[in-house]
Amino acid sequence: MKRDIILAGVGGQGILSIAATIGMAALGSGLHLKQAEVHGMSQRGGDVSSNLRISDQEIASDLIPYGQADLIISVEPMESLRYLPLLSESGWLITNTKPFINISNYPSMEELMVEIESLNHHIALNADDIAKNLGSTRSANMVILGAATPFLEIPAEKIQAAIRQIFSKKGEETIKLNLDAFNAGYKFAVEHMN
Amino acid sequence: MQKLMLLGDEAIAQGAIDAGISGVYAYPGTPSTEIMEYVMHSKEAGIRNIRSGWSANEKTAMESALGMSYAGKRSIVCMKHVGLNVAADAFVNSSITGANGGLIVLAADDPSMHSSQNEQDSRFYGKFAMIPILEPCNQQEAYDMMFYGFDLSERMGIPVLMRITTRLAHSRSGVERSASRAQNGLHLPKDGRQFILLPANARRQYKDLLRKQEEFEAASSTSGFNIYSDGSDKSMGIITTGIAYNYLMENFHDRNIPFPLLKIGQYPLPRPMIEKLYAECSEILVLEEGAPIVEEMLRGYLNHGKKIKGRLDGTVPRDGELNPNLVAVALGKKDTRGREIPKVVVGRPPSLCKGCPHIYSYNALNQALDVWSKGRVFSDIGCYTLGALDPFDAIDTCVDMGASITMAKGASDAGLLPAVAVIGDSTFTHSGITGLIDCVNDKAAVTIMILDNGTTAMTGGQNSAAFGKIEDICKGVGVEEEHIIVLNPSPKNHEENLEIMKRELDYNGVSVIIPRRECIQTAMRSLKEAKKIKDKEKAAAV
Repeated sequence: MKRDIILAGVGGQGILSIAATIGMAALGSGLHLKQAEVHGMSQRGGDVSSNLRISDQEIASDLIPYGQADLIISVEPMESLRYLPLLSESGWLITNTKPFINISNYPSMEELMVEIESLNHHIALNADDIAKNLGSTRSANMVILGAATPFLEIPAEKIQAAIRQIFSKKGEETIKLNLDAFNAGYKFAVEHMN
Repeated sequence: MQKLMLLGDEAIAQGAIDAGISGVYAYPGTPSTEIMEYVMHSKEAGIRNIRSGWSANEKTAMESALGMSYAGKRSIVCMKHVGLNVAADAFVNSSITGANGGLIVLAADDPSMHSSQNEQDSRFYGKFAMIPILEPCNQQEAYDMMFYGFDLSERMGIPVLMRITTRLAHSRSGVERSASRAQNGLHLPKDGRQFILLPANARRQYKDLLRKQEEFEAASSTSGFNIYSDGSDKSMGIITTGIAYNYLMENFHDRNIPFPLLKIGQYPLPRPMIEKLYAECSEILVLEEGAPIVEEMLRGYLNHGKKIKGRLDGTVPRDGELNPNLVAVALGKKDTRGREIPKVVVGRPPSLCKGCPHIYSYNALNQALDVWSKGRVFSDIGCYTLGALDPFDAIDTCVDMGASITMAKGASDAGLLPAVAVIGDSTFTHSGITGLIDCVNDKAAVTIMILDNGTTAMTGGQNSAAFGKIEDICKGVGVEEEHIIVLNPSPKNHEENLEIMKRELDYNGVSVIIPRRECIQTAMRSLKEAKKIKDKEKAAAV
């Protein structure tokens, strides 16, 4: 088993929280893991990505080869497309459709959706809206994580356990909010993956 | 023992703690910053009373680490690659003094310049100073090399350079810890003159360093960090250095390399292994992350020997970091690539944060300079370098830490008036003060803006050595008091700030303007912390 995952977003959107949750679940399943992060200048509102590699074999490279990623998980629609050269032909793109607009020449949503929908394997959902309906937009990243989970080859229960562990200090209410967000994303993906 | 998930930087920090350091010294710089941060936040380091905290710059850090080594204890000093330029005087001379307590100099290189102004390879420095270099290929090796490196340093009586690159520094993987070692006690060098580099002593020490080269080379052949593995296909031999090994392995899914392979993790190069590879193979492919140092050594100036493939003959690109695909192509394998990036995707460069005080400093400065021709703002290294981008387009130079003040002085000396320097508070105490003294002594006509956000912001908000001291420093080096002016960079003060800037631009001497407001990132963080404490108190009161 191997899953090579590109996590994408804009500096400050917290893609590393998704990486940390998957990472914890992977370790809990006895898998090998490597995760290359971005620190420094690009964190200031620029595009950021992380290479997350999970495998039952030892992993060699910290970087995923171009054309061989199994998944792109993006918390921002335009950013999801930036990493297409890394995605394999059979790979899936899971993205939030809520744009993060901090530049003046941001493209139109219609144009972006045409590109996203031209991919055979994609899940596109407005995680911010879903999270907001459940109580807080702050759990939008957990909606995205839920939507990616059917493609992770890690059982959903392991991811849920990791969410419980990560938010354990924040109280039951926060745990429930994040699990609800996760489950809503998961359900959406299962309904839309075929 | 359960494996820890650690960044390469964190693995080094944990390794150093476990290998018995008594102190760590550093100035923040991507991708090295997290080493010091890890030690500062480590409970174990606290219990062991390990000295940690930021130095004013890499040179002061290097010298403090050398002082701790002199006193017999183990120390590590960490910096980014260009930081080693700043520390170079102390670093190069430390190879002449040698070490007493174990001393590791950690340089984190940034090939592809993710967060840097060049991609210089620190191995050149190690070779230049003629000291052993360690170059780990993964987080576990980085951890293990701390134990080995300190032992080597003490056994050979020499500082050891460890060189890492961004992808190791900022990548996370499992690390297994070893039993930790106690710290050294205080003990002075046996030779009382070893650290007095008077020419007579230095000549003796230098001969000693030259004599030790053979021992360094012998250590490289036996340490286990340089590994020769045979292969049946002798049409090519492969040499990898550091993390290039991982990219090679990535291209062989069964991990069986058909070619003879020499994996390098320690320098000077292990001559017997290199000779064996060269003798047995028809040609050599060198894969190194960074500059073609090993490749150049093998080719020699005339390049009359066997074919050496690598960055110099175009088998691998001359610049930038390696990746599995570049190595695949170098091996003659098929490249892989997904769909191209759709044209609709536009660039999203980093930018100043919403509410950042620098925005208002630049808005006022741009307007104050409106009446003059462009090209007179000399800037420096920090968040405010983003003032080069739209919508500000406010600065004209960014070269090295502290260069704003001295370049403005040179341009002013040349007749470019007014000339403006823009420097941050932390960069000012790093390398700006000496330049300011030059300005004062020369009565140079420069307007120096010290953007004081109270922190080292670009690297994540570390303490700034300048905190609460800037006016006193300026006064102390002789700037006239009436030309040291503190402003609050905010929209409501725009007109007032503009007038002050215009006035000081007209002044024919040294003036220092200090726009002062806390970094929005650290301010938000303090607010969050305060709220947490309040919430806790509330919960406790119920």
